[in-house]
Amino acid sequence: MLVVDAAQGIEAQTVANAYLAIENDLEIVPVVNKIDLPQADPDASAAEIADLVGDTAEHVLRISAKTGDGVAEVLDAIIERIPPPSGDTAAPSRALVFDSSYDQYRGVVAFVRMVDGSFHAREPLRAMAQGTRFEAEEVGFFSPTMSAAKELGAGEVGYVITGLKDVSRLRVGDTLTSERRPADEPLPGYKDVKPMVFAGLFPTDSDDYPELRDALEKLKLNDASLFYEPETSQALGFGFRCGFLGLLHMEIVRERLEREFDLDLLVTAPNVAYLVVTKAGEELEVHNPSEMPREVERIEEPYIKASIIVPKDFVGPVMELNTERRGRFDHMEYLSEERVLLLYELPLGEIVLDYYDQLKSRTKGYASFDYDLVGFREGKLERVDVLIAGEPVDALSLIVHREGAYARGRQLVDRLREEIPRQFFDVPVQAAIGSRVIARETIKAKRKDVLAKCYGGDITRKRKLLEQQKKGKKRMKQVGSVEVPQEAFLAVLNLDGGKK
Amino acid sequence: MSAGAPVRHLYVHLPFCASRCGYCDFVTVVGRGGQHRAYVDALLAELSLERGVLAPRLESVFLGGGTPTFTTPAELRRLLGALPPAEEVTVEANPETVTPGVGALLRDGGVTRVSLGAQSFQPRLLSMLERGAGPDDVRRAVYALRDVGFDNISLDLVYGIPSQSAADLDADLSEALALEPEHLSCYELEAKRGTRFTHAHGAELARQAEAMESYFERVVARVTGAGFRWYETANFCRLPQLADGRDLRSRHNLAYWRSRDYLGLGIGAVSTIHGRRWRTTPRLGAYLAALAAGERPPREVEELSAPVRRSERVLLGLRLDEPLALEPGLERAVDWSAVERLERLGLVESGRSTDGTLALTTHGRFLGGGVTAELLA
Repeated sequence: MLVVDAAQGIEAQTVANAYLAIENDLEIVPVVNKIDLPQADPDASAAEIADLVGDTAEHVLRISAKTGDGVAEVLDAIIERIPPPSGDTAAPSRALVFDSSYDQYRGVVAFVRMVDGSFHAREPLRAMAQGTRFEAEEVGFFSPTMSAAKELGAGEVGYVITGLKDVSRLRVGDTLTSERRPADEPLPGYKDVKPMVFAGLFPTDSDDYPELRDALEKLKLNDASLFYEPETSQALGFGFRCGFLGLLHMEIVRERLEREFDLDLLVTAPNVAYLVVTKAGEELEVHNPSEMPREVERIEEPYIKASIIVPKDFVGPVMELNTERRGRFDHMEYLSEERVLLLYELPLGEIVLDYYDQLKSRTKGYASFDYDLVGFREGKLERVDVLIAGEPVDALSLIVHREGAYARGRQLVDRLREEIPRQFFDVPVQAAIGSRVIARETIKAKRKDVLAKCYGGDITRKRKLLEQQKKGKKRMKQVGSVEVPQEAFLAVLNLDGGKK
Repeated sequence: MSAGAPVRHLYVHLPFCASRCGYCDFVTVVGRGGQHRAYVDALLAELSLERGVLAPRLESVFLGGGTPTFTTPAELRRLLGALPPAEEVTVEANPETVTPGVGALLRDGGVTRVSLGAQSFQPRLLSMLERGAGPDDVRRAVYALRDVGFDNISLDLVYGIPSQSAADLDADLSEALALEPEHLSCYELEAKRGTRFTHAHGAELARQAEAMESYFERVVARVTGAGFRWYETANFCRLPQLADGRDLRSRHNLAYWRSRDYLGLGIGAVSTIHGRRWRTTPRLGAYLAALAAGERPPREVEELSAPVRRSERVLLGLRLDEPLALEPGLERAVDWSAVERLERLGLVESGRSTDGTLALTTHGRFLGGGVTAELLA
């Protein structure tokens, strides 16, 4: 079912999902929803969606899920148009675990799609990849709350209560089979997806490090694509370098860590995964700019195919943005008289920072955007290091395209000059590629730092002021001989800070 | 209380002013002519209650304010006559209050030193500070004091006033030096929180901060160049060789910077005696009522632990141009690895292993606040 908002028309995600469905030979039931809204334009939306899926506008269902108008026709269409599941009811049972939840009293509840055979309550089952064995305490369907049944048959979707107390013993994507007549081959399961976007996650309060570790462990259980490993930064202390499928995934993980686990996090500016061939011929995958070897033969970076849908008046600004981001124009198509679909190839590294914000602001919020990875390509990339008083700062290294290196280096250096308080001596702040300095600023030494008046009545106040100053210094991070407040790193690194 | 050594320094607070200046955050009382008598009565009552801690003959007495010279002449005369004898008796005065008559009154009352709040010699800047005096008042006051025989006059100057250019500052310094004072105090204008001045000019002051950063250096260069000793962060005195061999440092203020004990009388006055510090209530009514009843006025007491006393000894001592002697135990107040770092930066000179002293270099004195914060343990 491809549902489109009658007031919005199709969006980039609609296009991406439609293509995915077509590639996989799936039957599409196009639906226009929210026809009750005063600003709805069901005809235009129906024309767009019909055009997209190669159907006729008359065939597109028009409904309001809110009022119930047309919903019966949708249910009929599902029954009429969507082919029944294929599967062999007589074959050895196989069910794909597509999600799971944990119930305090009943243990792990597996959400499954029964492909072959059937499961019954009290049947001994086995997870084929992990080898975990358990007895199905209950099987049933979602209607939409869980309702127990005697049997879950081929083609049906339902749940299995496993009684397992340890979430890690049943992974999403595994195949369940019956111990009585086990299947030989597991289902293909899910494609193993590799994280492409990486960022450092640091607790704002370093005491929260163990809590962050536990929280990541728990999230990882039903999110196999989440990757993390401990990272130590001279500037930010102990944290984790985490890998995500994309920006949305990163945002979700961050949200969950903050909301469900009540953690206060600093997320560094994200970067992508790089494939590197060193001069010595060694091949590496680099997830952290500070780990990028200095002597490299070549660097490959991930590319995406981006679909962007905008009203036609904004085509110019979007093209301009994409050109700035090293985008290669691929294709443009009018979805209607007003709306245009633009296809571009872009380096993922160019969109991870603030692309989406830029896109929204340059199109007054009208653009919608979606992307798919298309693979790795060689790029003229450079590692830019930041040096404070001659000392490189690990957390601030970044990898950028040669053409953007000067601008980014300048930006970082300017930002740091604003954020680092003046010291007793001149502090040079530099951005460098290897030994070549590409931007430099000097934080001028303080020329005076005294309290003018200090007589009998001022001593206590003066002493407390100095104690305060002393306490402030304890929170500083020492970079060589320079004291840098944690806030300075936050301002430069923090994703939110970068949006200012 | 009187178990320790007798106290040799006395501060007396006279809070009355004709009007309150916008930048002032001292304890002041505007007008209230009718209460001058009652206040002096209370001061004398408080003095007799505390007399036991004082030495029979003091090193210094300091009458500060407010505007001590705004106190009615009769009451001022009565107060001066009742204070214990001291080698140095300083009175703070606003120029417009110093008439030949007041000068004579001070001289007769045993005052040896007058500190005049000149602040600036430019009418535009004076009105920004809401000062009552004009440039001519300052000159007239100095001449009046010289005429009655004062040979120790200090001028207060303020710099970093909004819109004050470097040339304005130079002009002020020239005007002040032309009056040949024995002593100069030069304060950077502070936008103290909650003052009317900060409300009106705080933002402007913040904007000018960078442009005025060099003013401190300018003041020190100009005043020391004119034959003065930069003996404390904000204080200068004429060199002995230009003053018949006299040491013209303020003995009273030196006592603070050397962590000596002192007794403070009057509302809002602070005393530090034998490891305790207290501040008398700033409320005039409460003060008068308590002393009229023969009781000590309400106080806010702070016990000073040994480490706190040591820290204060260091932070105050390093304000002076004389090296701080590392008396037994004082080493513990200092973070010696920080000293090493600061020595490398040319900000501190440590004689720890030689003559047992610690001092800031000239460069270090300009950064004295931050340097001290860093080297305190």
